[in-house]
Amino acid sequence: MTKKILTYIDHFHGKVQSSSWEALGLAAKIAADSGGEAAALILGEGVNDLAEQAFHYGADQVFLADHAILKDFRPEPLAELIAAAAGDYQPDVMIFPTTTRGRTLAGMAAVDLESGVMVDVIDLDWKEDKITATRSIYGGKLLAKLTCSTSPEIITIRTRAFDKPEPDSGRSGSITNLEVSLDPADQATTVMDIQEKASGVSLTDASVIVTGGRGTAINPALTPPDDLDEEGADIWKAEQGFDLIQNLADVLGAAVGASRAAVDAGYIEYDHQVGQTGKVVSPDLYVACGISGAIQHLAGMRSSKVIVAINKDPDAPIFNFARFGLVGDMHEILPPLTAGLKAYLEG
Amino acid sequence: MKIIVCVKQVPDTAATMAVENGNISWGDAPLIINPWDEFAVEAALNLVADQGGEVTALCLGKEEETEAIKHALAMGVDAAVLVSDPALKGSDNVAASKVLAAAITKIGEVDLVLFGQQSVDTDTGLLPVQVARLLKWPSLTLVSKFEEVTPAENSLQVVRSMEEGNQIIKSLMPAVVSVTKDYGEPRYPSFMGIRKASKAEYPVWNLADLGIDLPSSSISWPEVNEPVEQEIVTEIIDGDTAEEKAKILVEKLIAEKVL
Repeated sequence: MTKKILTYIDHFHGKVQSSSWEALGLAAKIAADSGGEAAALILGEGVNDLAEQAFHYGADQVFLADHAILKDFRPEPLAELIAAAAGDYQPDVMIFPTTTRGRTLAGMAAVDLESGVMVDVIDLDWKEDKITATRSIYGGKLLAKLTCSTSPEIITIRTRAFDKPEPDSGRSGSITNLEVSLDPADQATTVMDIQEKASGVSLTDASVIVTGGRGTAINPALTPPDDLDEEGADIWKAEQGFDLIQNLADVLGAAVGASRAAVDAGYIEYDHQVGQTGKVVSPDLYVACGISGAIQHLAGMRSSKVIVAINKDPDAPIFNFARFGLVGDMHEILPPLTAGLKAYLEG
Repeated sequence: MKIIVCVKQVPDTAATMAVENGNISWGDAPLIINPWDEFAVEAALNLVADQGGEVTALCLGKEEETEAIKHALAMGVDAAVLVSDPALKGSDNVAASKVLAAAITKIGEVDLVLFGQQSVDTDTGLLPVQVARLLKWPSLTLVSKFEEVTPAENSLQVVRSMEEGNQIIKSLMPAVVSVTKDYGEPRYPSFMGIRKASKAEYPVWNLADLGIDLPSSSISWPEVNEPVEQEIVTEIIDGDTAEEKAKILVEKLIAEKVL
């Protein structure tokens, strides 16, 4: 059966989350296999240029709304437009990237279109007429297969789980402009301000992650300033441990992660937490420094392609999941490791 | 203010999960309140401490699933409601959202509904969004801070997080908010709180009590599996000094082509 697939292109003020192109690449594959069509949905302000990119990444046609009311992310007006576009186009499948925004909008679309949503999918089978999605549950401890019995089948895909297509600058297609009749006075929310983060590699996008645990604070070579209490001294030591991790991450273009223990101890912000109550990641390379490997941490990172564990305790559970293990003090190993990798990557 | 905080019972995050005869099992691991919901309960209690009002914990689950409600009561919420109906087994998240929305409507005159950012079992994070959509209320997800809450004007201003940073957003109430760990440490239940919670009584509502038919579900889970254990051969890198070990690891990583 030919399938019409509508992909939502998530972006922040026109800067596209690369998982949007991964979603579009997946849509194009399903469309090609079923003799169907991949359409992209682009909503925002100043986003006209994104249509061309969408064609390059595999869209056959683009639905576009470029309007001042869509300048900042607010789910309600976007959900209205998504429901209207889906009502006109009647897609069989809708794909969203599992970003914070994509997850929200997919959930709303499921309500508006009276269907269901399969969230944060890591694998998809469409060889039969029916789509079967695989997603991890319990923070990666189990895998569930899901199907959706209503149309459209709505899917959000995990970042990096599907290949990003090579852009083909020769491709183009038709653009349909969507009518925006939203009244600003009807909107229940107003975006007052945006505090952008200093640019850095985010955990879910990263192909390399360097992570620190309790061991970041265990460094007998350091003497904390006298005016710190025990907790303050611990955090002071950990900050220096995380500096070593940051240095390695900078050399590798990697994101910095942390165990729950390190976050709970106040060493680093929660945003960096990897594990069942943090972020579930699967980079190409995961370097765990001073992390013992609690089950809830392992669940969140064990699908990484290559895991390196650096820990003083030879019995730490993390070694059972590591491709390479270094028994030793991360504070001693990281500086020469960073220097060695820097020499190689810059040479 | 009248606040509802939605809570869920889940297996402890330290549990080893398994699939036995097609059923999900967590061995003898304890059942706990979804850890993310504790932040929502903490936020709800702080909001009524500032503004006055009451907090009701709302839980959708089996009749014997009392851990989440008991924990919320022990933390200090004023009342609780359990929604339970055997017909709801196998409901997907849209169906669950419809049931919660009906319960919220039945409780009535609510200013805010709070959720944890997601549950640690199914990890969808969809209920705060879908319940809001069904009630036609604004949905404010991943909130770390309540900057201003003005019940007299039915408005609040919160900080919500996205990949690129934080958004400061002002919204009308009623609204549905999901709260992140960045909100701040949840309190431990006091001894008195635990005693009170163990004796607390609360209503259990079924679908008939809510006045709704069983909502249909689109999503089914034909299969749950344990992940295939990858055969990992761990190579312990040996060397006399840290420098030597680091040097060998660099060579190994280059050979592995992951840089």
